[in-house]
Amino acid sequence: MSRGAGIARLGPRLRTVRHREGTTVFVAWRDLRFARGRFVLIGSVVALITLLVGFLAGLTGGLAAQNVSAVLGLPGNRLVLQQPSSGQPSFGESTIGREARVGWQTAAGVDEVVPVGIVQGRATAGAASGSGSASGSGGSAVGVALFGLPAAGAGTGTVAALAPDRDDEVGLSAAAASDLGVGVGDRVTITGTTYRVASVGGDAWYSHTPVLAMTSDAWAAADRRLGGDGAPTVLAVSGSPDWDAVAARTHTSAASHLGSLTALETFKSEVGSLALMIAMLFGVSALVVGAFFTVWTMQRAGDVAVLKALGASTGSLVRDALGQALVVLVVGIGVGTAAVVGLGALAGGALPFLLSPLTTLVPAVAMAALGLAGAAVALRTVTAADPLTALGSNR
Amino acid sequence: MITLDDVTLTFPDGDRRVTAVDHVSLSARAGVVTGITGPSGSGKSSLLAVAATLIRPDSGRVLIGGGAGSAEVDAAALSPGEATALRRERIGIVFQQSNLLPSLTAREQVLVMEHLGGGRRGAVTRARVDELLDAVGLSGQGDKRPAQLSGGQRQRVAIARSLVHEPDVLLVDEPTSALDQERGAAIMELIARLTHERGTATMLVTHDMVHRDVLDELVTVVDGRLTDGVAVRAA
Repeated sequence: MSRGAGIARLGPRLRTVRHREGTTVFVAWRDLRFARGRFVLIGSVVALITLLVGFLAGLTGGLAAQNVSAVLGLPGNRLVLQQPSSGQPSFGESTIGREARVGWQTAAGVDEVVPVGIVQGRATAGAASGSGSASGSGGSAVGVALFGLPAAGAGTGTVAALAPDRDDEVGLSAAAASDLGVGVGDRVTITGTTYRVASVGGDAWYSHTPVLAMTSDAWAAADRRLGGDGAPTVLAVSGSPDWDAVAARTHTSAASHLGSLTALETFKSEVGSLALMIAMLFGVSALVVGAFFTVWTMQRAGDVAVLKALGASTGSLVRDALGQALVVLVVGIGVGTAAVVGLGALAGGALPFLLSPLTTLVPAVAMAALGLAGAAVALRTVTAADPLTALGSNR
Repeated sequence: MITLDDVTLTFPDGDRRVTAVDHVSLSARAGVVTGITGPSGSGKSSLLAVAATLIRPDSGRVLIGGGAGSAEVDAAALSPGEATALRRERIGIVFQQSNLLPSLTAREQVLVMEHLGGGRRGAVTRARVDELLDAVGLSGQGDKRPAQLSGGQRQRVAIARSLVHEPDVLLVDEPTSALDQERGAAIMELIARLTHERGTATMLVTHDMVHRDVLDELVTVVDGRLTDGVAVRAA
């Protein structure tokens, strides 16, 4: 017998009703009101987990930004690093020789190659007190990441925008200027050489130190004074060449900006640990919500059987149960997310905390999805409830 | 009207099958209370479960409706989903225990029938529910939850719930088993009165013959078979 034929036999009145079926959570709403203590408890747990996840995500984002925002702000479509004979490429170990640089510049499909030098150093506010002095006269030394790029106009991006026009000038990220206590027109000293601050601005960090941008020549000189060979460490390449073939030919690796972050050892370990904690909290969240709704639904198994015996469709009972879980999750996650935003705004001044949709809305949506997945486990009780047990049951 | 036509129902019992209902043919007419009695384990609850479409018989037909403006349906041939829809629309059930939902007030216990399909139909209004609660003797009790009602009051709510969608058939399973004699008599009289007023075909399972005088017809089941059928009172 076909389903349609079966329904047709039930008469016009019944057909009308089946067509009008919609979604409702009639019983679920009243359960929420009736057992509010239990639902407030689970909602509070969800809110607390959301707060933990959101705060960890914000801290992870903040720490990641302090680690890699300058790398993400470099120009080009891909970043090219030296490929060591063994192991993975590393920003700290990479040196791009002339041969590799020319290899990329002359490769078919390459539009632009911007050589970038990156090295960690120290800077002091004020002019050097004497030739060869490592410190200026204006205060204590501040750790900075020295980025060397061609004169302003080479490429786009946060760091490229800081690059000065002249070899005796530097551009400071906002944090570097703040740490040094200098502004545009002031002097800073790096490895005994004094530079004029040509620009200040942008949120650029590398390996938890604020960025100081120089011209390529000034950077090469500073790198030599720091013990390096003055060769650029990264190429920011634009265009659409055969990336793998050129990289293999020049003994380099080419990766997207995001992909190249694995070449930062501190980023991998730091973000990896925090991401693992977030993933574990997501798992805990799904387990807690799933366990709660499993126990709750098992307690209601008798009621579910009665409702089925009275004529409730399994679909409507499933919607009822999921709707109930969704209400608890939305309220709990909403409260938790509001707390994250509030506390994050307060903590932002003292901690590296990133408050953005990525660290608030994305974890919230993931929490809701995992919570619903956990609650869905409890649906087995709903679908398996036998209405026959309502007859003669002693409840 | 409901008609069980040559219905047989068996259950597995180890490596054999036990016959719970054995070729039973039985009708309950509109406006008539048909009692089904018999000793414990005789098959009367199984008969009611078949009539309620909660279990499909091995053979036979379960015909529901067929009166004026009501199409006749063989419930035994429906899919589980269609049988559920049939219960929702055309069958009222009063359980042995009231089986009320603890989170709902008396009024909501009745209103819930409006939502069983997953959406509101608009046929059952609050005024109509209150009218029905008045009819079962629960005036002013609509806001009380099951824990605030006596056993008899809970059973009255269950009766109101079973009738709110104006079913063709009312199936009642031992409605007085949890009540004292006085309250039991009141419930039986209420069921009989509503059956006569509303023209519902009522099939009532009972082993308590104290209240037999409210039944219009009475049949006895022994070992899954009907042994006799008598009119105990003019309908």
